[in-house]
Amino acid sequence: MSDHTVTSLAAALKNGDASSRELTSDYLKRIERAEPTLNSFISVTAEQALAGADAADKARAEGRGGYLTGVPLALKDNFCTQGVKTTCGSKMLDNFIAPYSATLVEKLDAAGSISLGKTNMDEFAMGSSSESSFYGAIKNPWDLSAVPGGSSGGSAAAVAAGLVPAAMGTDTGGSIRQPAAFCGITGLKPTYGRVSRYGIIAYASSLDQAGPMARTAEDCAHLMTAIAGHDARDSTSADRAVPDYAGELDAPLAGLKIGLPQEYFGDGLDPEVESAVRDAVKVFEALGATVRDVSLPHTRYATSAYYVIAPAEASSNLSRFDGVRFGHRCDTPDDLLDLYQRSRAEGFGDEVKRRILIGTHTLSEGFFDAYYTKAQRVRRLIRQDFLDAYNEVDVLMGPTSPTPAFNLGAQKDPLSMYLQDIYTIAVNLAGIPAISVPAGLSNGRPVGLQILGSHFAEAQLLNVAHRFQQATDWHQQRPAFAKEIV
Amino acid sequence: MQWETVIGLEVHVQLATRSKIFSGASTAFGADANTQACAVDLGMPGTLPVVNEQAVSMAVQFGLGVNAEIAKTSVFDRKNYFYADLPKGYQTSQMYHPIVGPGLLDVTLDDGAAKRIRIHHAHLEEDAGKSLHESLSDDSGREMTGVDLNRAGTPLLEIVSEPDMRSAKEATAYLRAIHAIVTYLGISDGNMAEGSMRCDVNVSVRPKGQDAFGTRAEIKNVNSFRFVERAVAFEVERQIELIEDGGTVVQETRLYDPDRDETRSMRTKEEANDYRYFPCPDLLPIVLDQAYIDTLRDGLPELPDAKRGRFESQLGLSAYDAGVLASSREMADYFEEVMHVCDDAKQAANWVQGELSAALKREHLEISASPVSARQLGELIGRVKDDTISGKAAKQVFQALWDGQGESADEIIEAKGLKQVTDSGAIEAMIDDVIAQSPKQVTQYVEAEPDKRGKMIGYFVGQVMKASRGTANPQQVNQLLKEKLDAQL
Repeated sequence: MSDHTVTSLAAALKNGDASSRELTSDYLKRIERAEPTLNSFISVTAEQALAGADAADKARAEGRGGYLTGVPLALKDNFCTQGVKTTCGSKMLDNFIAPYSATLVEKLDAAGSISLGKTNMDEFAMGSSSESSFYGAIKNPWDLSAVPGGSSGGSAAAVAAGLVPAAMGTDTGGSIRQPAAFCGITGLKPTYGRVSRYGIIAYASSLDQAGPMARTAEDCAHLMTAIAGHDARDSTSADRAVPDYAGELDAPLAGLKIGLPQEYFGDGLDPEVESAVRDAVKVFEALGATVRDVSLPHTRYATSAYYVIAPAEASSNLSRFDGVRFGHRCDTPDDLLDLYQRSRAEGFGDEVKRRILIGTHTLSEGFFDAYYTKAQRVRRLIRQDFLDAYNEVDVLMGPTSPTPAFNLGAQKDPLSMYLQDIYTIAVNLAGIPAISVPAGLSNGRPVGLQILGSHFAEAQLLNVAHRFQQATDWHQQRPAFAKEIV
Repeated sequence: MQWETVIGLEVHVQLATRSKIFSGASTAFGADANTQACAVDLGMPGTLPVVNEQAVSMAVQFGLGVNAEIAKTSVFDRKNYFYADLPKGYQTSQMYHPIVGPGLLDVTLDDGAAKRIRIHHAHLEEDAGKSLHESLSDDSGREMTGVDLNRAGTPLLEIVSEPDMRSAKEATAYLRAIHAIVTYLGISDGNMAEGSMRCDVNVSVRPKGQDAFGTRAEIKNVNSFRFVERAVAFEVERQIELIEDGGTVVQETRLYDPDRDETRSMRTKEEANDYRYFPCPDLLPIVLDQAYIDTLRDGLPELPDAKRGRFESQLGLSAYDAGVLASSREMADYFEEVMHVCDDAKQAANWVQGELSAALKREHLEISASPVSARQLGELIGRVKDDTISGKAAKQVFQALWDGQGESADEIIEAKGLKQVTDSGAIEAMIDDVIAQSPKQVTQYVEAEPDKRGKMIGYFVGQVMKASRGTANPQQVNQLLKEKLDAQL
């Protein structure tokens, strides 16, 4: 099971070599066996999944199946899923059954895929290690003493362990790419606006973007076809045609111009990660691409700008969790203020509180211009860096993360945790797409190569990543943990 | 010391869109609590706003109606604060880049004088829900507060004036002018009782002749024309007394209590919220092109000023009559329909401002709720004009229409037998009877000085009209009586 991909399962279902019911049951069994160790799911929706699988098999039998009909996958627990507990990894929403489904969930339902459940994550998607979840930390299947990355750590770990062939994640500052890198899978953060945000519990609205996490770029292409597109319910979603992502996978890379941002190869980069990335670049050269150094001069301000903008938006986005209409409410409040204070004090974890405090402060009278306005100016400069670079090259490449997965509990200081995202954050600030693909192992822990594209160049990124995966086998490596589950 | 009052108004106008400003839920008034609040209005996790284009178009129409600059790009901001009836913990508004820029409004005061009030800007925002503190308790009898989110997300246009008003009268005249414009444009029902128009009044006083403004108090949520006048009057007196007693006015938010007719402090500047405004990342800026604005401008209806001018110049009404009749769209529409039916602007104006207005005032009704329709009134006036009934009988018919005694003037005239008698033979017969029965009065008439006789004829006219039960044509009666009495000299 652990060797299956979305593509291979889709073929098996199409050819009648497997039924969705069989696949769904098998994956549910794997989840049952792995979960006590991994903790990658918050909710497993076995009953709905099996009913969905039967419906999918029926649809296939009647010739109504699409590409994804009957393919099992999982959803990060910040996608609202009608009738299903949707917690965002927080005690605040431990009792929240979503009354409606996110657009992405509806689109996947319409495409016929089967959700096996909701994956664990950093609380409100705030974190880079998946240790801040109210439901406990997640383990990395490659090394159970390591974190899976975050915030989409549950989705990454579940795919790496072969509990599902693919899962949906969200990425605000690297939350798809970094766990994909840590868990040795492929994860795409699309262009801001490419995938609807409607029904995704917001962390930082101007940065949040959903995307696929799977074994291969080819799988990601098929999933992108299902989830991308304009949504009238999301004013920030892009009203432009969705290309045939799978159809462009095999385009040759001869003449592809690759830029290596100097700023992504500086101090703090683990030498083994660097050498894996440089080896990967050589593969592209062998495929006919040309490589040159480029500069993204404002990169060093990205983390600072991000930690002003994202908490500012978060402090406002999370105001709705007030104990009045949904979510956690404290017992017997004395009055409205007491209701707010205790409900929020009890419902939110430390990292969420920290970011609400930071955001509230930076938006305050007297500080707004110094922080928020300035951070927005930096953001425009960072975006311009990328636009300038894409005048010279087609794609940029570098490490996804400065190190392979670190050990559980290793990052005690919030600041050092924030610096984990130095290579991923600028992408969100600029709104461009980027993909992380497996490119090596360092002491048994995976290393991710990040490929960055220009706005709406997902098809190109998937093509570049796919050709790389045709030429290498890093994406086919499996952790021992995955092979041990039978 | 002579004091000058300085007033600025923030008027919140509820826009008459079918659905809310950021969701598809209905905006209809009066539904059961929380039945018109969808996931977006409830601030459900993951929901997103989508701006209602109708609200945008209405805001632009208002801006055009007050000759304001229309912003080609305007931006929604979040105003962050916690309250039980504010579902998202922020109100989506426009702080830094409002859709309507500076504009002008000429208002007419009661004495006919004109005053120009500058509008600082107008911006779009969403309304909050309502907290219900009355008559709610839990199982153990503890008092509870209920929240009704039907109103949450209702589109509001907040119109902010410059501090250009110098009296309570000017403030109410301005408010009436705003009311007239929004109802003329049809962008609001202007129903103040249902909260479709609410207003915050900024009031300060300063010694006459001083340039600098005094410290202002903001009186929140004043929801009738009368209350604006009362609240300003109270507040001005309070501030003057305070200063004259050696105190100072503090900048604060106050509440007008209509029951006690006073304003009370709600919170001072120090206690004010820091709303932490920032651009709403869920909404793109509203970008308007000139063609869109021009199309809306071309489609604007005739506005109060233009209508008043036309009533004066084309219909020959007095400035006062034109002003009153153009003061609201309902009034103007009513008047114009009456006029079209009876084809007589002056008579239509007299009736609408006379009999009809008096009756409406007596029963505290708005013209939109008049029991007599414009068509009925127009037909009634037509019957006076074509001599079917006398002016006196017309008042009877009007009252009968008001009381719902018939569908049309003709029906009532028929039923009550009010048709004017113009057959001179019949009138002569009645006159002969009256003269025969009044020998004493006839003698007095004959013996009177000639210049007194004109007055004395009134008695005979009264008797003839009485005999005809009011149906005899009074001019004919007068003329024939004079002939017959003078024949006795």
